[in-house]
Amino acid sequence: MNRPPERGLLSPRLIRAIGALGLLTTAATVWLGLWVTPPDITQGNLVRLLYIHPAIAFVALYVAGGLAALSSVLYLWRRTRTMFWDRLAAASVELAAVFCALTLITGSLWGRPTWGVWWTWDARLTSTALLLVLLLGYMALRRVPAEPAVRAKRCAVAALIAAVDVPIVHFSVDWWQTLHQAGTILNPELDAHIHGSMAWTFLLGFIAITLDFVWMVAMRYRIEVLADLVGDEELEVSLAERWAEGGGPAATPVPEPAAAAAEGGRP
Amino acid sequence: MWRDAALVAGKDLRIEARSRVALWQVLPFAVLALVLFAFAVGPGRAALRQAAPGLFWLAVLFSTVLAVQRSMAVESGEGTRDGMRLSGIDPAGVFLGKGAAVAVQLALLQVVLFVGLVLLFDVHLKTAWLAVVASLLATVGLAAAGVLYGALSAGLRVRETLLPLLVLPILAPVLLAGSRAWSAALSGPASAGGPWLRILGAFAAVYVVVGIVLYGPLQEAT
Repeated sequence: MNRPPERGLLSPRLIRAIGALGLLTTAATVWLGLWVTPPDITQGNLVRLLYIHPAIAFVALYVAGGLAALSSVLYLWRRTRTMFWDRLAAASVELAAVFCALTLITGSLWGRPTWGVWWTWDARLTSTALLLVLLLGYMALRRVPAEPAVRAKRCAVAALIAAVDVPIVHFSVDWWQTLHQAGTILNPELDAHIHGSMAWTFLLGFIAITLDFVWMVAMRYRIEVLADLVGDEELEVSLAERWAEGGGPAATPVPEPAAAAAEGGRP
Repeated sequence: MWRDAALVAGKDLRIEARSRVALWQVLPFAVLALVLFAFAVGPGRAALRQAAPGLFWLAVLFSTVLAVQRSMAVESGEGTRDGMRLSGIDPAGVFLGKGAAVAVQLALLQVVLFVGLVLLFDVHLKTAWLAVVASLLATVGLAAAGVLYGALSAGLRVRETLLPLLVLPILAPVLLAGSRAWSAALSGPASAGGPWLRILGAFAAVYVVVGIVLYGPLQEAT
């Protein structure tokens, strides 16, 4: 293992800094989005939802989804196989699911007054919903108890099989039918159809949500590490207790060295 | 690899031919699904005819889950999987063999289901080749993706509930493209089926390749 299991994804100080920055930019986005920017000519106040919805979708689909696929590949590739990539994949899949759900919820809230329906069988909506189900499937598979290495490999394979499905789903529902507008900034002409304070708020939203995601993924990674440590510790404590019951030399539940000694002093 | 695949496929199909689980359980289930779908849609001819392609593929999708579960149950006997690994058969061969066996069963099932569709839903084929090509491509894709996920969830205690959750969303493009292509074959202009055949072909190619590459690590992980 290249990295010792205790180490976090990023240094604690960096995580704190990213968290603070994320909070600050999110607050600024809220302030700019709700108070400073003017209502849109056609959409009125509804436009304010658009300062976060594309940003959340971007993080869900590209940042979190991409990170999950990348770390799964790196886990499966023998030369880079460490639990680091497995934990990172798990953390990003969970967050991808959260952001995916948020994308659907914010989109739905926007769609009701704009399109007149909560849901429509548009290509992007349908593929996002399918992606959410794929992510939930991965999480269900991860909850199945197994040896860490077996679970890691199984989950990495599942993530990869699901990842190759995403483009196919995308094309198939795209041809099925399309109602969602094309990208505002990443359109084929690369000519942004958004101006002034609105553009800045929109951009700030992307930065804020991405920072929030990085902070959350680092925290989630840490929880995964701690959960593994607690699992190991509990096993050691219970082992020590069992030996103590049997009248072995280790009478108190103790961490590693004494537990090892207890094992050595087996009658 | 191909010889190994033929051996595994032969073994699976022989077991199926003797035990007749697919014949007496999976096939009646598919026909039953078709009948129940008709109840849900109502007896109106126009509505039935319009819904027929989608319901046909939905029945095929559900049957795929059953066929895959059955294909993995064959290997669940004590030491069977270890025996398979010890026999020195190439993992890619095992994947292709099991996939081929499932594909043969699914193809036969589709023939029966099509007869059911003609009798119960009153459909007529306008462009036969389109329906046949779509079915063949979809069958390869369904079998490949199904066997991959079957192997993934084999040996887990929760496999009965986990497999459908994992595999059905993956198969969604097949349902979509298969239904559209069959719609075109039944009533529309044949040219409308072209893009959907491409999706089905891409799906089949991707999952056959992914299976050949990933079945090895997958066998180690179960």
